Amino acid sequence: MDLSKLKYSPTHEWAQLEGDTCTVGITSFAAEQLQDITYLKLPKVGDAVKQEGPFGEVETVKAVSDIYAPVAGTISAVNEKLVDDPETIKNDPFGAGWLVKIRMQPGTSTAHLLSYEQYQKQIESSGH
Amino acid sequence: MANLRTPLYDWHVAKKAKMVEFGGWEMPVQYTGIIDEHNAVRTAAGLFDISHMGRLSFGGPDALSLIQRVFTNNAATMKDFQVRYGLICNERGGVRDDVLVYRWPYGWAMVVNASNRLKIVEWLNQHKANLNVQMQDQTLDSCMIAVQGPKALEICRGLTEADASQLKYYYAAPTRWKGKQCVVSRTGYTGEDGIEVMISKAAAVELWQDVVARGAKPCGLGARDTLRLEAAMPLYGHELTETIDPLQAGLAWAVKLDKGDFIGRAALEQLQKLPRPVRVGLELEGKRAAREGCGVWSGSREVGKVTSGSFGPTLQKSIAMAYVEPTSAAVGTRLEVDIRGDRMSATVVKLPFYERKK
Repeated sequence: MDLSKLKYSPTHEWAQLEGDTCTVGITSFAAEQLQDITYLKLPKVGDAVKQEGPFGEVETVKAVSDIYAPVAGTISAVNEKLVDDPETIKNDPFGAGWLVKIRMQPGTSTAHLLSYEQYQKQIESSGH
Repeated sequence: MANLRTPLYDWHVAKKAKMVEFGGWEMPVQYTGIIDEHNAVRTAAGLFDISHMGRLSFGGPDALSLIQRVFTNNAATMKDFQVRYGLICNERGGVRDDVLVYRWPYGWAMVVNASNRLKIVEWLNQHKANLNVQMQDQTLDSCMIAVQGPKALEICRGLTEADASQLKYYYAAPTRWKGKQCVVSRTGYTGEDGIEVMISKAAAVELWQDVVARGAKPCGLGARDTLRLEAAMPLYGHELTETIDPLQAGLAWAVKLDKGDFIGRAALEQLQKLPRPVRVGLELEGKRAAREGCGVWSGSREVGKVTSGSFGPTLQKSIAMAYVEPTSAAVGTRLEVDIRGDRMSATVVKLPFYERKK
């Protein structure tokens, strides 16, 4: 996976845009913060998601975090394998750890997403 | 006010522990990971910095009278070197703190919760009145560590001059570590066998490193919380508060209403006649954890609230403690917990969730 080809959200999701489909996962930066994942909640195929709206949650022993949709659309695929083995999110966040695919309506806005460089800058300026 | 730091703070930071605020102190929540550390304590031995706990000592002819005045358990029947758990209640029977009292041939000591230390010192001073007691808060001059797990006693053989494995459960001994005065007790907050050691702050790092070298894994407050939850030990601020009384918390064994008067006794005698929510254990279906504040439901009626919950690493189950109406508290009762809008099935189970094999 060429990380510089992906788009990013300030809430640490990555988005791979291909035609009308946006594949979504969480970044390695976010995955490293998730120690001892115990539970992953994902949406169903057909669910509508809003831009920057929560579509799932990842739970560790200590806390629950929402996962946000980088773009608006309809869930077209869900990586069900993760539910049984959520640690995959940590081990391969940009590959086998993908979460969902979102089908976007024509004209869906993606201009708000960050480039690789912009996202790296955000991480660095947050003190990491 | 800036958070306090234990004498081991620099060690924790150097080992890249994740630090958090707890009870006014900056404490390590984890080093390598909560589950890793939790498992070390269940299967071998873990080491905790618990220097944030308040350590008070009492001398003078009226020390016992003062303790009896504020303590729900009976200190008068304690033997020398014995340790006893009990509550400090307010006049309404609510819990001000849960504490350990230590009896020495020459005086008394008390270990209180970090977040309640100043409140309890003030409370004791307020109730000292004309009693002849000298109380000292030794918290900031000393440190306290816990070594817990089935291998704790084995790896601590020869650590102190007194042999900790000869101590009975809930007994303590004043002794020495490398010539320095310390106290070792057969106590803990994990559901495992083990010891706790108190020593001057100057000796903290060296003592800690000694125990690490013996094979104990450093553990943070995250594992301490999942361990005590599985063992169903109450945590102040969650299962115990100023508006929860010890009887509804299931701690009647630590309340001796017949020992003579103490603060809160009259209120507790009245309260015990009234129906009120009681502490129960819940086992949830699935892996999602119930968190503090989640509603507990019986059909369309909310019958209580969760006070602590987590995925239990040893039990491999989602467990929680909650206060529920007495009619929903029987073991086996089927209830539901509202987790972020989803109703999850739960069953009332016997406490503790986890009990070590003896």
